[in-house]
Amino acid sequence: MGTIVEMIGVNKRYGSNHVVKDLNLIVNEGEFLTLLGSSGCGKTTTLRMIAGFEEPTTGSIKVEGVPVEEKEPYERNVNTVFQTYALFPHKTIFDNIAYGLKMKKVPKEEIKKRVLEMMEMVQLTGFEKRYPSQLSGGQKQRVAIARALINRPRVLLLDEPLGALDLKLRKQMQLELKRLQKKLNITFIYVTHDQEEALTMSDRIAIMHDGIVDQLDTPTEIYEHPTTRFVATFIGETNTYDGCVTSITDGIATITLENGAVKVKCDESFSILEYATVSVRPEKMRFSREPREGFELVAVVKDYIYVGSVLKCIVSLPNGNELKIERLAGQELPEIGSRIFPYWEPEDAVLIHNDSYKIFKILDEIKLA
Amino acid sequence: MDGNRSKHEFRSNTLPAIVTVGPVSLLLMFLVVAPLVFVAVMSFCGTDEYYNVVYNFTAENYGRLLSVDYLKIYARSLLISLITTLLCVLIGYPFAYIIARTKSRKRQLLYMLVIIPFWTNSLIRIYGWRSFLGNSGWLVKALQFLHIIQEPVDFLYKTGTTVLGMVYCFVPFMVLPLYTAIEKLDGSLLEASSDLGAKPVRTLFEVILPLTSGGIFSGCIMVFIPCLGYFFVSNILGGGNTDMIGNLIERQFKSANNWPLGAALSIILILLTLLLVKLYQRLGGDMESLGV
Repeated sequence: MGTIVEMIGVNKRYGSNHVVKDLNLIVNEGEFLTLLGSSGCGKTTTLRMIAGFEEPTTGSIKVEGVPVEEKEPYERNVNTVFQTYALFPHKTIFDNIAYGLKMKKVPKEEIKKRVLEMMEMVQLTGFEKRYPSQLSGGQKQRVAIARALINRPRVLLLDEPLGALDLKLRKQMQLELKRLQKKLNITFIYVTHDQEEALTMSDRIAIMHDGIVDQLDTPTEIYEHPTTRFVATFIGETNTYDGCVTSITDGIATITLENGAVKVKCDESFSILEYATVSVRPEKMRFSREPREGFELVAVVKDYIYVGSVLKCIVSLPNGNELKIERLAGQELPEIGSRIFPYWEPEDAVLIHNDSYKIFKILDEIKLA
Repeated sequence: MDGNRSKHEFRSNTLPAIVTVGPVSLLLMFLVVAPLVFVAVMSFCGTDEYYNVVYNFTAENYGRLLSVDYLKIYARSLLISLITTLLCVLIGYPFAYIIARTKSRKRQLLYMLVIIPFWTNSLIRIYGWRSFLGNSGWLVKALQFLHIIQEPVDFLYKTGTTVLGMVYCFVPFMVLPLYTAIEKLDGSLLEASSDLGAKPVRTLFEVILPLTSGGIFSGCIMVFIPCLGYFFVSNILGGGNTDMIGNLIERQFKSANNWPLGAALSIILILLTLLLVKLYQRLGGDMESLGV
């Protein structure tokens, strides 16, 4: 599995607005990579730089090992599926899909054969003579995908392609896209703000935040081992606790929080007296009636929320912070207002370096000096 | 369904309609319809030996207008209008494109470049051209100074000069509908075209021109039709060498003092215009984009 797209030290500024900051991104051949982040995080700009619609302010972009920064979009062997589809309204579906081949001056007979083949693959046979305005959103989406794929690009760039579809259609298209990608073995770089979509489809996810890739990893790793506080809170639901590492024994750290001490599994990168964040998923949270060894949290049950197969229990800590604890329906439930002791298995929680606390560290150092 | 509804709406709103639209309609009848009818009637009248209008029915005026000399002038009018329209497209399109695709404040500035001449009397602007192009004008002086020409050359009173003046007058009429059409063009379509391997020239012919053809079309109508009837440009810059229908009409009403003949010419011009508008509609043109 070789490298297909390589972005090294890429920056993009619009005037004083620094949109993409020192981005390094290596995309492997044949993988489904998702750029995930909320709007304004620089994910679309990153995609547009690969396509050639935007030029990086500094840094280099290579596709198949060849630098492309200087190349126009029509000289690059990548194709884009646009968020708004961008189908040519004055051309039939056939002509829309045939556009790329026509530009490459492929013989007419071959164009016809390949277009019909492609239309069959995206289940649009019979729509040749229609115009884009006569199609539904999902059909337009398929045309947009077919129009890009027919050029047999090495990399397909997809900019929130399912954003305009309703939920049911979106789920269906997610599976179809994944199937197409596997079948054609084309590298997909996919931009979305929908974390569920990213988790479902991707081989790897790059979580972008404020122009920076926070974490680039498989969906499982991202969910289970987030490396930044942002990733932990952005993907799925979680409970976070900011505190200070007070001791480490046998790979288990004791973290002192505002509300008492807790235990978390940790690696060598953490040191005593470091500020850190503990992240525990609601489904990993436990509670008991009696205090547990190593955990000093005390909470009061505030509310239950019923969400189908599970119950979400909202409990509040003495400082007012609320925690979510998931319980399976049918499990024994303490009464609202009763006192419980939350805990978790130390290996079920994740310890994260807390950058935002660096400022306190610096202040401490100044004080000591 | 739409027809039914509008009829219904009209009926239920008859009184308010009469109160609000009535006075304006009356005014328009008085100012537009009545004079037009008057012109039409006059075009069928004759004159006595002092060129006073005599109200007797005759088609003689129309008969005279079919002579070769007049036909030549119609042909010349059509030709000059056609060339003017073509030049307006060629000059106006790139300009409109640049305005529509420019972002930020510069766009306002460019737009004003088109609008400001609009606010200046066109007669004055054409006289400006005359003094600029005349045999003691700035252009001749500049060329002499640069030793490109030795003797004064008169640039005035040629067909080319008339066309120049016409193009100058009508370019804004072309730019505005084009600007509207180009501005509506979705930028992602241009990106898609480039993404799919089309060089800029291919994108121009495959995407940009077809999608803005409506603007080109209405711009052409906006230029071509008034161009047919313009007279002062060919009067001032053409000096009688490039007479158009407009000049003929003007002369019949003024120096020749043959009003019935002038009326007949006006009617022919009006019919020609209506014919073109009808053609425009038939070809799928949108009346709203003409500002009608």
